[in-house]
Amino acid sequence: MEQLHWVRHRCRTLLAGNPEGGWHSAPDDLPNKSFLNAHCSLHRVRGKRRSVFARHGPHRQEYDTFSKSYKGNAIRTTKYRLLTFIPMNLFQQFHRAANLYFLFLALLNWVPAVEAFQKEITMIPLLVVLAVIAIKDALEDYRRYLFDRKVNNNVARVFCGKQKAYNDQCWKDVRVGDFVRLSCNEIIPADMLLLYSSDPRGVCYIETANLDGETNLKQRQVVSDLPLQGEEFTPESFPSRIECENPNNDLSRFRGYMEHPSGVRVGLHNSNLLLRSCTIRNTETVVGIVVYAGHETKAMMNNSGPRYKRSQLEKRLNTDILWCVVLLIIMCLTSAVGHGLWLKNLKDPVFGVNTDTSPALAGFYVFWTMIIVLQVLIPISLYVSIEIVKLGQIYFIHNDLDLYNEQLDSRIQCRALNITEDLGQIQYLFSDKTGTLTENKMVFCRCSIYGVEYPHVENARRLEVYEAEKNKAADHSVTLRSGCSAKSRSCRSLSCNRSSVSLHTLTADSEEEDEQLSNQIQARTSAFCSRMAKEVVPDPELVRKLNWFSSPLNEASSGTPSSLELAYITDFFLALTICNSVVVSSPSQPRHVVPEARTPLKSLEEIKLMFQRFSFPPFSALSTFSPPQIRGSPRNFTSRLFTRGKTGSFSPTANNATDGSEPGRDNDMDTPKLRCILDFSAPGEGGNAAQVEDDIKKDDIKDAKTSPDGPRQEVEVDSDSDVDDELLYEAESPDEAALVHAARAYRCTLRGRSPESLLVDLPGIGSLAVQLLHILPFDSNRKRMSVVVRHPLTGQVVVYTKGADSVIMDLAETSKGAEQAQEFHSHIKDQSQKHLDSYAREGLRTLCIAKKALEEEEYEAWLKRHLLAESSIENREELLLDSAQRLETNLTLLGTTGIVDRLQEDVPETIEALQRAGIKVWVLTGDKQETAINIAYACKLLRPNDRLLTANCGSKDACAAFLKELKLEVQCGQDGLTEAPAAGAHGESSSGSVSSFILVIDGQTLDWALQEELKRDFLELSSRCKAVLCCRSTPLQKSEVVRLIRDQLGVMTLAVGDGANDVSMIQMADVGIGISGQEGMQAVMSSDFAISRFKHLSKLLLVHGHWCYSRLANMILYFFYKNVMYVNLLFWYQFVCGFSGSVMTNSWVLILFNLIFTSVPPLIYGILDQDMPAETLKGVPELYQAAQTSKIYVPHMFWITVLDAFYQSLVCFFIPYFALTGSDVGILSFGSPINASALFIILLHQVLESHTLTWIHGLVLLLSGGSYFGFVLLFSVSCVTCSPPTNPLGVETLQMSQPLFYIICAVTTFTALLPRMLFRAVYSTVHRTAALKSSHVEKVESENYRKRMQRWNLSHHRVNRLPVCANNPGLEPSTLHTQTHTDRQRAV
Amino acid sequence: MMASSYSAKDEDGHITVTGPGGAALRSKKPENTAFKQQRLPAWQPILTAGTVLPAFFIIGLIFIPIGIGLFVTSNNIREFEIDYTGVDESSPCFNCSQNFSWNSTQPCTCSIPFSLEQSYENNVFMYYGLSNFYQNHRRYVKSRDDSQLNGHLGSLKPSKECEPYAKHENKPIAPCGAIANSMFNDTLELFYNDPNGTKILIPLRATGIAWWTDKHVKFGNPGDGLNLTAEFQGTTKPVNWRKPVYELDSDPLNNGFINEDFIVWMRTAALPTFRKLYRIISRKDNMVPTLLRGNYTLEVVYNYPVRSFEGRKRMILSTISWMGGKNPFLGIAYITVGSVCFFLGVVLLLIHHKYGNRNNSADISN
Repeated sequence: MEQLHWVRHRCRTLLAGNPEGGWHSAPDDLPNKSFLNAHCSLHRVRGKRRSVFARHGPHRQEYDTFSKSYKGNAIRTTKYRLLTFIPMNLFQQFHRAANLYFLFLALLNWVPAVEAFQKEITMIPLLVVLAVIAIKDALEDYRRYLFDRKVNNNVARVFCGKQKAYNDQCWKDVRVGDFVRLSCNEIIPADMLLLYSSDPRGVCYIETANLDGETNLKQRQVVSDLPLQGEEFTPESFPSRIECENPNNDLSRFRGYMEHPSGVRVGLHNSNLLLRSCTIRNTETVVGIVVYAGHETKAMMNNSGPRYKRSQLEKRLNTDILWCVVLLIIMCLTSAVGHGLWLKNLKDPVFGVNTDTSPALAGFYVFWTMIIVLQVLIPISLYVSIEIVKLGQIYFIHNDLDLYNEQLDSRIQCRALNITEDLGQIQYLFSDKTGTLTENKMVFCRCSIYGVEYPHVENARRLEVYEAEKNKAADHSVTLRSGCSAKSRSCRSLSCNRSSVSLHTLTADSEEEDEQLSNQIQARTSAFCSRMAKEVVPDPELVRKLNWFSSPLNEASSGTPSSLELAYITDFFLALTICNSVVVSSPSQPRHVVPEARTPLKSLEEIKLMFQRFSFPPFSALSTFSPPQIRGSPRNFTSRLFTRGKTGSFSPTANNATDGSEPGRDNDMDTPKLRCILDFSAPGEGGNAAQVEDDIKKDDIKDAKTSPDGPRQEVEVDSDSDVDDELLYEAESPDEAALVHAARAYRCTLRGRSPESLLVDLPGIGSLAVQLLHILPFDSNRKRMSVVVRHPLTGQVVVYTKGADSVIMDLAETSKGAEQAQEFHSHIKDQSQKHLDSYAREGLRTLCIAKKALEEEEYEAWLKRHLLAESSIENREELLLDSAQRLETNLTLLGTTGIVDRLQEDVPETIEALQRAGIKVWVLTGDKQETAINIAYACKLLRPNDRLLTANCGSKDACAAFLKELKLEVQCGQDGLTEAPAAGAHGESSSGSVSSFILVIDGQTLDWALQEELKRDFLELSSRCKAVLCCRSTPLQKSEVVRLIRDQLGVMTLAVGDGANDVSMIQMADVGIGISGQEGMQAVMSSDFAISRFKHLSKLLLVHGHWCYSRLANMILYFFYKNVMYVNLLFWYQFVCGFSGSVMTNSWVLILFNLIFTSVPPLIYGILDQDMPAETLKGVPELYQAAQTSKIYVPHMFWITVLDAFYQSLVCFFIPYFALTGSDVGILSFGSPINASALFIILLHQVLESHTLTWIHGLVLLLSGGSYFGFVLLFSVSCVTCSPPTNPLGVETLQMSQPLFYIICAVTTFTALLPRMLFRAVYSTVHRTAALKSSHVEKVESENYRKRMQRWNLSHHRVNRLPVCANNPGLEPSTLHTQTHTDRQRAV
Repeated sequence: MMASSYSAKDEDGHITVTGPGGAALRSKKPENTAFKQQRLPAWQPILTAGTVLPAFFIIGLIFIPIGIGLFVTSNNIREFEIDYTGVDESSPCFNCSQNFSWNSTQPCTCSIPFSLEQSYENNVFMYYGLSNFYQNHRRYVKSRDDSQLNGHLGSLKPSKECEPYAKHENKPIAPCGAIANSMFNDTLELFYNDPNGTKILIPLRATGIAWWTDKHVKFGNPGDGLNLTAEFQGTTKPVNWRKPVYELDSDPLNNGFINEDFIVWMRTAALPTFRKLYRIISRKDNMVPTLLRGNYTLEVVYNYPVRSFEGRKRMILSTISWMGGKNPFLGIAYITVGSVCFFLGVVLLLIHHKYGNRNNSADISN
């Protein structure tokens, strides 16, 4: 546990730390990118390799020569060292232009001819800013140092040559070439090659949650053909040399070979490598040799720097700051020229000081003096203030209850802290579909086997019921919640702390982390928290067929399936069960905690009984895996099945029927048993005595007889058995888990997995060991995965493939064998295609299952080349791909599956709100076109009267022509509309009467459309469409699309996604949002904000985005106003002091005025102001458009603000001037009422500008005013000889005791604020303020909404009765679907 | 800063999940407080014609009387000003202004006759006024040594700020700096020309013209201030001065650095045209006005050169009120602003009438 803590911490700090980068790491050095583009880097051949020898082995000399240059395992992630902190930190800080500017000013003040203030005073602002940031950096770095120390001093057992034993050593002392022994749940100290595992099969499991947040286990394998397995490894005699590539940051790749003394080379790959900071699981002891240590480990090399994004507003801000600079220069030049002229006209003054300087030179001096005097015009505190304000905004976003997910117990994670206001300006939203719009909780829904569809009506109905009771269930089931919440927690701790830049770091406190960590183990109990995914109600028809053989009662019933069909069905389920990479675990294993207390544990007695009943030898290979619950079962069913298959109506080519009757080598395990015993209860349920079985059998037989209640009872049985079994499937993708669970519902249960075999329960057969020959894992190029197994019943080598329909359909064999067979196959294919199409239309995810039986020779031939490919170092990936492609040909299509992925709650409402807010929503999905369109309908992205434009082109030229054609059509369509085309563009189609265009484009066409020549057409077309759906798009395309829109249209883009395939898109967009969902943490890790539901977007954007933007924009404007207003007072004074650069204020007050007296109110304003209440913003999304088009912070607003500031400063200066002119007023006495009025004006101006005033505002305003008066009064009492040139002694006390002071302040303040007050009043009366309007609109809207909802509900009910749609709960059934479909076809 | 509050966010602390080790884990649910959910009760100052209108009227109603009051007060102040620079040849001081030298031993005197139309009732303040004199010039303002003026002769080392008036003939200047160096050194005397033809010297009080804090806190003579000549040993007088600082006055309480004329001069004026208090003519008894109406003569010992930079010198006699000297500007400003407010109030009333009602009706109809 303890170890977990610090590793988590360390990871966090590592992620946060950026050892090399400074404050502003250049945006292009995001290491994440290189990680992403792993595919590209694959081709990069590293010239150098590293050789590793055992430190205490026979190769001492070589070890010494080679390993010298390798880094030790000590890590240092701190930026600074104790001694070098101050210079280093200053160096870092002066990378900032603003700091440099103020350093320049401070230095300038040291030039005697130019000096404006006391030398110390100009340093104050700079020192304050530098000190604040230095302290923050120091604290951060100290924390990092502590973590480093903790990590470095962590203990691992390292082999020591002298003592010939494993001794405890600190991590930092581990060297390359050391042998390290690790036990279960220990953390790997460095990248090691796995040489020994206590597991007899030489595997070990690691968990990479610390690296990538994925909690499923990954299997690692001992370097093949090390002969020592089973006995303790002897490091001192390790003779081999390891050659591997130089350290790199590719987590998924490791290449090298091990050379034995005999000269034999053994290929090493990723599955031999134990990565630093991963955790050993499920394995008692492992021994490895360190190959990379310390900073050279893959984990460390993957440290990504902090995200630094510059917000749009900040860019605007910088131009305005430039304008301020221009303004400053103009003012200084005016002063310089003025002073020169004044001096020229001056003849021998008695007050002259340096009369000998020429006017030109004096003017030059004055220019620089004025730069110092008017320095406040460039708001130094603005940058710091913005950072603080954003921190405050983040704090409130983070604390928003509406963005909290009760079920997962997760809040929003704000990872990029400096782009909050960009949330308020989004114009384009790119969304992934799966997991973003939908739950990504895959539930098996329907399937088709042998061309026959099984609609699973009951299952669909149950899903609906579940839907209804979901909320209740969520509250009830503590298990579910705990598992999930703990998971999300762990995710958060991983991801939240990567930003260490400047002020923003929200360093999460360690206690919280500790708590999170303590729940790590629990987090792993369920990879997918959905109970739904586990519960599938079998289709009665399919159950009947599946059990047809074993149940004589059914023999007579109608619809006797052909034996071939039965073979198909069996194979189909076998494929579902084994063709995956699911890791099975059960509660008996140490790392799993039984999540539910009510789980009845089997008594010892029962287990004993079971063993007595079935004298079946335990499955030895898997004994470590699952409790001995194996039972014998009859082989009769299968043998009969396959015999029948052989003697069936015709022989289906090289199919499974060839040798079916032969029991195979497993024959000896065959326990004779009565055929009639139907092993219907959940397999492996040890507690069931024969009597129980009989009961269940009867039940089930009854059920099978089309009794409508049957399946429901079965659900109960099923779910009970689920709980009893407590088999947990950890899959890399939810699809896989759903399929395995589905198969399980049909009694085809995956019980265990080892590298060589799979333990499978089959109905009527019992446990079978399926010899696993190869897994050809899924990749996005092939879009499929395969397993090569030796069929347990036939003994044949069989390839089971599962993949996207488009791919499998092409690979499925077409013409071979007899004409009859051909016809038969094409029939199945046609039927399946039909079913696939209908699944897709319903929004289901489709997969095809196929198989291929191999002849031995064929397999041998393939195997040879495959092994060659596996052991090659260069181009291994390509070779493996080729190899896989060679195998996956001529497949026999078994069937197809449809998996439902329900929409998340409130998705349609959210999308509607976003569209009304003027955000164009694009959906970029890898799914099929039909699925995408259906989902789009369901989430109201498409409306019934929208016109669908579908672009599926076969070639680039066709694409070009087609785009032009569509453009014309859209133009005509839009011109023809009576509504202004702007209506469509602005998405103001809330009325629903405007028919707008929706572009649907598929991956290939998109590829062409993204090319240089067609870009423009595509852009033009898409910008005229209300929404765009990109189907079948690759991750690269997604980011390309985002880049195109962002760069070409110059709009603010937001990308939201949940999976690794969305990472590039998320990083490309201005704002990237990750949905912490089912698919690991990669999207979250690369995102700026991570939310848990899609619906949170609406509040995040419409409310927080709007607020953040308007707050920040207003605050920045206010800052400019404040500075211009105050600085101009000093400027006007130059006109009466001969442009000599003197000021009428004490320089302390002058400097502190901005730094203290008026600094806090803008912050409060920037954090707390609400220009409109949240309900209004949510209710009237159209309000979002104001911020979107930057209406608040636009150039003319800047200039209006500056003009107003000019006016106010004129008033504030010249009223006191005229009131006091000709009197005996001294410099400071003259400045006193001016300063006080300026303070009043500035504070009251803010009151006028604020939209809300709370007690906090009141308090802060009072404190600000109070601090000014307190300071000046105290100063004027106590400062006798301090502050030499302008001694304030007695000035303010005297001034404030005179009524004139207050008279001047009153009239000045009021006159200065009069125009703005008047303008506001008149404007809001004539135009009615947006708030008034919106509250009015809101009433109307809510009325409309209610009506709309009623209508929708009505239609929903009506449609729900249609059986087709009933299968698709959560998706709004589209009654107009067929119409649009034809539309689309017409368009094509 | 804000980050620190993250640690305190789980205060509600209801336990929802119990970890395997029995460690209690608090929910991460944000606290449902008005502050954190940004639902603090807030006043929304939406300015509309309707809401601003009363404010405008009220301000108009307040400002106009104040303005009238100020105007009247200002008008009641008696003020007499006479320019004695001697620019015109006809001017009595023309000759003095022409041949000027800082070091002339022969003082040039001139007398200017004038008459007061009205008698001055209360204490009359006598000012000298200078124009086009930039006492607020940055370098000029800095050119002083407050520490020296406070009585710390600072081992005879004046501050660097005093340059180039810090040392003269290798002796530190006391008081150093350009301000002190350019001290106004005309002597003004006022005579009442009795209708009988006799000139009566009007007694002028030279104390009480400086700020109390200046005289008692900020300025101070070195040592105990009894033997100034000895204390100022080793220093030299400012270049332009005719006599050293310890000979400014015979009264030891008004001599040296705490000479009030000096203190007044050292408080640099804010604007290039300014006046400085010179003397006070106190009212002797309540029955007789301080200054009767009639003819007076101003006797000037003309020392201070202003013509070189086209400056002017004036003598001002003025009474003061609670709001200071005579200045009609504030009164006018108040009246103007008040009237403008009133006018705007009316305009707003019209606007409100035109638009405000429509709003209301629209709201009601919904």
